[in-house]
Amino acid sequence: MPDTFLDSTELVINMGPQHPSTHGVLRVILKLDGEKVTGTECVIGYLHRGVEKIGENRTYQQFAPYVDRLDYCAAVSNGLGYCLAVEKLLNVEAPPRAQVVRVILTELNRIASHLIWLGTHCLDIGAITPLFYVMREREEILNIYEKYCGARLTTHAFRIGGLEYELYDGFEAEVKAACDFIAPKIEEYERLLTGNRIWIGRLKGIGVLNAEDCKQYGVTGPMLRAAGVKWDLRKAQPYSGYEKYEFDIPTGENGDTYDRYLVRMEEMRQAIRIVRQAVETIPDGPIMGKVPKVMKPPVGEAYVSIEAPKGELGYFVVSDGSVMPYRVRVRPPSFVNLQSLDKMARGSLVADVVAIIGTIDIVLGEVDR
Amino acid sequence: MRKLLRTIFLIDLIEGLLVTFHYQRPKYMCTDQYPTERPKVAERYRGAPRLNNNPDNGETLCIACNLCALACPEKLIVVGSERNEKTRRKELTTFTYDLSRCMFCGLCEDACPVDALELTQDFELAGYTREGMIWDRQMLEEGPKPTKYEF
Repeated sequence: MPDTFLDSTELVINMGPQHPSTHGVLRVILKLDGEKVTGTECVIGYLHRGVEKIGENRTYQQFAPYVDRLDYCAAVSNGLGYCLAVEKLLNVEAPPRAQVVRVILTELNRIASHLIWLGTHCLDIGAITPLFYVMREREEILNIYEKYCGARLTTHAFRIGGLEYELYDGFEAEVKAACDFIAPKIEEYERLLTGNRIWIGRLKGIGVLNAEDCKQYGVTGPMLRAAGVKWDLRKAQPYSGYEKYEFDIPTGENGDTYDRYLVRMEEMRQAIRIVRQAVETIPDGPIMGKVPKVMKPPVGEAYVSIEAPKGELGYFVVSDGSVMPYRVRVRPPSFVNLQSLDKMARGSLVADVVAIIGTIDIVLGEVDR
Repeated sequence: MRKLLRTIFLIDLIEGLLVTFHYQRPKYMCTDQYPTERPKVAERYRGAPRLNNNPDNGETLCIACNLCALACPEKLIVVGSERNEKTRRKELTTFTYDLSRCMFCGLCEDACPVDALELTQDFELAGYTREGMIWDRQMLEEGPKPTKYEF
C-alpha cells in the first residue's frame, strides 16, 4: 500500500496567544499533518512596549528601571547588563564591594529564574507538584531582594557606577541561610523528576538541537551548553569579577530537552556555589563609584554582554554626548533562542511543541521588548 | 531483572510521591493567609508615596525644589510652588502624583534632598477610577486609608 494512502490534508491551527503553555502571549501557527508538525511560524509582538525607543527619551539613570521589565524573571541580570554598558561608556568601574554584591544578587536571580523555568516547564508537561515547591523556594530569594532594595520582582537594584543601597544587617547570614535552604531542595526536585518515567518519556530525544545548529541560530545559554559546547560568558569574558570564583560549566551531550533540564539543574547548584564563595569575601569600602550627577558620556558606543539565566544578554548603547542615549539596542537571549523553535518542532507531535517551548525558557517581555 | 522489577512496582513514581506526601504535614504549610493576615513588608519596601510633614510644627518638609519631578522617568510628578515675598523662599502650593503611571523605581525618593517624598510600606493601592489614582497634596500627606475586610 502506498504511503500516501493515510495522508490527510494540511491543517493549520493557532496555538496562542492565549494558551497556558506559551508562557505569555506567544502565538505559534502550527501546520499539522495528522498530529505531526510539518511547520511552525511564530507571531510575536503582543507585548511590544517599545523599550528601546523609550530609552532614547530618558536619561541614562532614568532608563535603568525599564530594563527590569524586559526579562522580568531575571530583572537583576538585566539591570547589571545595562549598568555595565553605561559604565563602559563613562569609563568608570564599580568599586570592589559593589561588584561582589552584584555577583551575589545576579546569581541568586539565576536560581530564581531557573526555578520559575522548572516550575512552568513541569506544569506544561503535566507535573503540577514542582510548581508549588519552586515558588516556595523562590520566596526566600525574593525576600532577600525585598529587604535589600525594596522591590521583589522589578528590583532596580543596581545603579550606574555601583549600588544605591547599603547592605542591610544580617544580609550575609540570610543569603547563606537561603543557600542552605535551596541546595537540598534541588536534590528533591531531582527525586521527583529525573528518574520519573513519564518525565523521561516526554523529554528524552525531543527537540534535539546539535552544536552546529546552535551556532548557526546564535543560540546561547543552557541550550548551547546542553549541546556540548562549553561556552559561558562568565568564563569566556569575565565581567564584574567573575574570574575570582570557582565554578564549573555544566554541559550535556545530546542537546535534547532532557539534557537542557539537567544542565539547568546543575547550573543552579553552581550558582549556589558562587554565592557561597562571594558572600564570604564581601570587602569593605564604598558602594558607589565616582560618577557625575548629570551623566554625559563622551561620544561613542559600547556593547556589553553578560551571561543572563537564559543566555547571552547584550546591551548596545550609543552616546551622542547628550544626557540621553542616542540608541539603546538590547540583544535578548529569549528572542534569539526562539528562532530555533521551528527547527526543533518540525517532525514532532503537538504535545512535544509544548515541551519545546518550555525548554527554550522564553520570557515574552524580552522577546517582544 | 532489577530494571524489570522497578518497572513492575513503579518504584520511580513512588519515590516522587514520597516527596509529595512528606509535605502533607501541617508543619510544612507556607501559604500566607493574605486578607486576614497582612504580611509585614521590609523596611525599604517601595509602596505608596507619602509627603512628609515636620513632626514638630506640622509644616511640610518639601522645599519645592522640583528635583523629584526631574528625576522621574515617567514625568508623573507635578510640583506647584510660589515665591513667598517675605521670606524670599519658594513655598509648596500643590503636589500631584499620578500613581497609575508610577512603577515604584524609587528615583524620586533618591533625588529628594530633604527626605520629604518617601515611598512607604503601604502596598494596597487598587482603586476604582483612573482619576482616583492621581493623588493630590492632601492625599499624599495623609496617606491611603487602610482597607478593612470583614468576614
